[in-house]
Amino acid sequence: MIEFVLDGRSKVATYMQLVLQVKQALRVGIAQPGDQLPKVREVARTLAINPNTVLKAYRQLELEGLAEGRPGVGTFLVATLAGDSLPQQAELREELVAWLRRAQAAGLAREDVAALIDTTLRATLDRPVPDDAH
Amino acid sequence: MTEDAHETALETDALGKRYGRAWALRGCALRLPAGRIAALVGPNGAGKSTLLHLAVGLLRPDAGQVRVFGRDPRGDSETLADIGFVAQDTPLYRDFTADELITMGARLNRRWDADLARDRLTGIGIPTRKPVGGLSGGQRAQVALALALAKRPRLLLLDEPAAALDPLARHEFMGALMSAVAESGTTVLLSSHLLADLERVCDYLILLQTAHVQLAGDVDELLAQHRTLTGPRTDRPEAVPGVRSVIRASHTDRQTTLLARTTTTGTVPTDPAWSAHEVSLEDLVLAYLGAADTHRTEVTA
Repeated sequence: MIEFVLDGRSKVATYMQLVLQVKQALRVGIAQPGDQLPKVREVARTLAINPNTVLKAYRQLELEGLAEGRPGVGTFLVATLAGDSLPQQAELREELVAWLRRAQAAGLAREDVAALIDTTLRATLDRPVPDDAH
Repeated sequence: MTEDAHETALETDALGKRYGRAWALRGCALRLPAGRIAALVGPNGAGKSTLLHLAVGLLRPDAGQVRVFGRDPRGDSETLADIGFVAQDTPLYRDFTADELITMGARLNRRWDADLARDRLTGIGIPTRKPVGGLSGGQRAQVALALALAKRPRLLLLDEPAAALDPLARHEFMGALMSAVAESGTTVLLSSHLLADLERVCDYLILLQTAHVQLAGDVDELLAQHRTLTGPRTDRPEAVPGVRSVIRASHTDRQTTLLARTTTTGTVPTDPAWSAHEVSLEDLVLAYLGAADTHRTEVTA
């Protein structure tokens, strides 16, 4: 289940922070359709915020078709924001971790790695795919 | 949030209270819709405690009227049963245990949910068999809140309940209060100096200053109606396009900064030399408190 946190310095309205956290969790697969969102009362208690703020966030998620309220039970997620790529992400991430370890062993510092990834990202993805790529 | 079809929890009309020759509260006109969590804000001596004591029937008005759910709270036991009150510094009989206080409450109140109070306290690990004088400030505040909630009040008044608590105890207290509101839908009027605590909790603001209501209304609406405006120095800030009234103005040799109530179209300045920024609840309260010299009474119900 999602555990909400608030960014006290954020200028984003509290209810919107809750909405964005649910969306982020849906995007990365931490939350899935069928999951129940924390009870309004619990969120109000742990974050010490107005329960109406939590209700407003849940209503917004319902409006966007991501959640559904079931009277007397709670609010449940009914859709996902994760793309089809989600199942492959774990494997890709493992390869990336292995690559990062190799880069580290080769003596690249954090900034070097970030710069290398950034330039490679731009050179590879922002360029039209050449015809003989396959 | 705009038009309120709900009933009114607390309403005052030209309400005044005098101590000797000094008015502690004067010409107070308010309407707090039911279901709100309202912040009662103002400097010391502005009349916050006086207003709360009038609302709970502990003081007799010297002028005007106060009504809770449409009735005068004084001497009306039915209305008094609907009001919960947590006084400043949460006074309790220190030699009694929470259990004993809960039992005592059952004898003193016609409606009393002892199980609710006990469950609430054991749920957050407060010892109910120790004299409350031996508990920490945070625990005592939780006992006082549990006792007030055991009445199942429709209006809960709290006078600086968390002022003396450390940040963690304050967070836990506000959390317990919000959880109770989520469950019961109780209307809350909470006086506090701690603006940061109020921002996440309150959806209605009542600002008292020198015995007068200076500002009252729905928080979202108030924030939407006010902007901080910056632009070239001017000695006539009221004349800046989009400004309905100036709450506070400050100047450097070249620049003027205003916190202003804007016209409906004034949220985006028409004059390109001026820029507008949204305000926080804290900005708003500080600006109105800073404008102490002007005895303005603005009420939006």
